[in-house]
Amino acid sequence: MIDEPPGRLDEGALRTLVPGVLAGLVRRGEDFDAAEDALQEALLEALRVWPEHPPRDPRAWLATVATRRLVDARRSEAARHRREEATYAEPRPAATEEGDDTLFLLFCCCHPDLAPASQVALTLRAVGGLTTREIADAFYVPEATMAQRISRAKRTLRGRRLDQPGDLAVVLRVLYLIYTAGHAGRVDLAGEAIRLARQLTLATEEPEARGLLALMLLNHARLPARLDPEGRIVTLDRQDRGLWDTREIAEGVRVLQSALAMQTEERRPGRYQVEAAIAALHDDAASAEETDWPQILAWYDDLVALTDDPVRRDPAAVLGRAVAIGHVLGAAAGLRETDRLREVLGERHRWHAVRGHLHELSGDLPAAATAYAEAARRATDVAERDHLVRRAARARAADRTQ
Amino acid sequence: MPKYLLLKHYRGGPEPHRPVPPMDQWAPEDVEAHMAFLRHVSELLEEHGEYVDAQALTPARTWVRYGGPDAAPVTTDGPLPETSDLVAGWYMIDVESHERALELAAYVSSEPGPGGEPLYEWIDVREVMSEGAPND
Repeated sequence: MIDEPPGRLDEGALRTLVPGVLAGLVRRGEDFDAAEDALQEALLEALRVWPEHPPRDPRAWLATVATRRLVDARRSEAARHRREEATYAEPRPAATEEGDDTLFLLFCCCHPDLAPASQVALTLRAVGGLTTREIADAFYVPEATMAQRISRAKRTLRGRRLDQPGDLAVVLRVLYLIYTAGHAGRVDLAGEAIRLARQLTLATEEPEARGLLALMLLNHARLPARLDPEGRIVTLDRQDRGLWDTREIAEGVRVLQSALAMQTEERRPGRYQVEAAIAALHDDAASAEETDWPQILAWYDDLVALTDDPVRRDPAAVLGRAVAIGHVLGAAAGLRETDRLREVLGERHRWHAVRGHLHELSGDLPAAATAYAEAARRATDVAERDHLVRRAARARAADRTQ
Repeated sequence: MPKYLLLKHYRGGPEPHRPVPPMDQWAPEDVEAHMAFLRHVSELLEEHGEYVDAQALTPARTWVRYGGPDAAPVTTDGPLPETSDLVAGWYMIDVESHERALELAAYVSSEPGPGGEPLYEWIDVREVMSEGAPND
C-alpha cells in the first residue's frame, strides 16, 4: 500500500476489509446497528483521505476510525459508560476467521425477519462495503430513501439474537437477488454478487453455495454477448459465442464440479447446482445447433423433481423444461407442456414469449407473431418489450415473404 | 427553469392525425427506425442539458380506493370506456420556456412510423409545479 502512488485507490481492496472490521467490532460487544453506521462513516472518510494519504495498515485504520466514530456517537448521546478510545491493531486474521466473519455478517443481514429489499440493501452495505449512495444508484431510488431502508432494517434487527447460525438458504437467495438485479445499473451488482458468493464459498462447505457461485459465473460469462452495440437484446441462440468469457466459464465449471463431487445418495444436488449444470451445457456448445438438449432436459427433470407441485411452486422451472422438451421431442410437445402452466403463468410475458419461440420452431409464424405481441404487451422491462415487438414484427414479415 | 412532462399515451387524447396499426404489425425496419429515433431523443435531450427523466409504463392498470375502516382497499380495473386516457410513458425535461417544451414535444411526435412516415402522435405537455417560492 505504502508504495502505491497517491491518488489511486483500490476500492475493491478497501471493500474486502469491511466484513472483518465490522465483525470485529460486533464481536467486541458493539451494537450491530451503531457499528455498521460507524464503519460506513469510516469508509466514506477512507474514500476521501486515502488517495492522498494511504494508510500503512488499512484494516487497522478503518477499525480505529470506526471506533472513534462509535465513541463520538456515544459521547454525543451522553452514553452511560464511556470507553477509552482504543487503537485497534490486531494481527491480520487467518483465512478461516475471515470466512467466519463473512458468514456471521451474512446471517445478520439476511435475517429472515427482514424483507428481501432490506436484506439486499443491508448485505451490500455491511458485507459488500458499498456506500448508501452507490446502493441507491444501483436501484434507482433517492439516497435518502435507501438510507431510511437500511436504518429501518437495522432497527428491526435490534434485540434479535445475532449469534445464532442463520438460514443459509436465505443468504443464497439474497445473493442471487443481488446478481439478477445487476445487469443494467450504474453499479456492477452482478460482479458484487459474484465477489460475495466467492467469499461465502470460503466460509462454508455447503455445496449449494458453490452451486450458486458456479451459476453466477456461467451466466455472467455470456454477459458481453447479451446486448448488441445499440443495446438490443441478443438471445442465446444468436449470440456471438466468441464474446463469451472463457476464463469465467472454466472457473464456473470447476466450481460446479467441486460441488457435484460432494453429492451422495441421500444428498442430491440442490437447485443452484442443477441450474448451473444447465448453464454449463449451454456454455459448452460451440454453436446453438450443437447444444446438448437431451442432457439439458435431463437436468430440468431433476430441477422440477426438487419441488412438490412444480407447476404451482416452481413454474419457471417447468417453463424452462418446456423449451427443452420442444428441442428434444418437438415443438408440439413443448407447447403441450406450456399448456399446463396457462393458469399460473398465462398473464406473464415469459409464458407468451416461450410459446412464441416454440411456434417459431414449429414453423407456425402467424401464431409466433401473435404470441410475441402478447408477450410484449405484458413485458415489464423496456429492453425486453422492444425485443419482443421486434420478434413479432420479424415473424410477421417472414410469414408474408413465405 | 420550468420542468415539463411530455406524456405519451396508449390511448385517449384528440382524434389521431394519422391512424396506425400496432407496432408488431409494422415492417421490421420501420420498428428499428422508430426505436432508434426514441434512443436518439434521449441522447439529444441529455446533450442539450434538458433531460431529467424518461420512463415507460406497462399498460396494466388498477384503480384503487380506501375501503373504509377495517376494510380491504377497493380495486377495479374496469369496465372503463375504450377512449379513457392510458399513459404509456414520459420524458421529463427542464427547459428555458413553454415554447421550447412545445418544440421538443413536436419533435418527439415526428418519430417515424410505418413506411418511415412521421407518426404525428399527440403528445400531452404538462408543466410541473415548482416547489418553494422563487429566490429573488
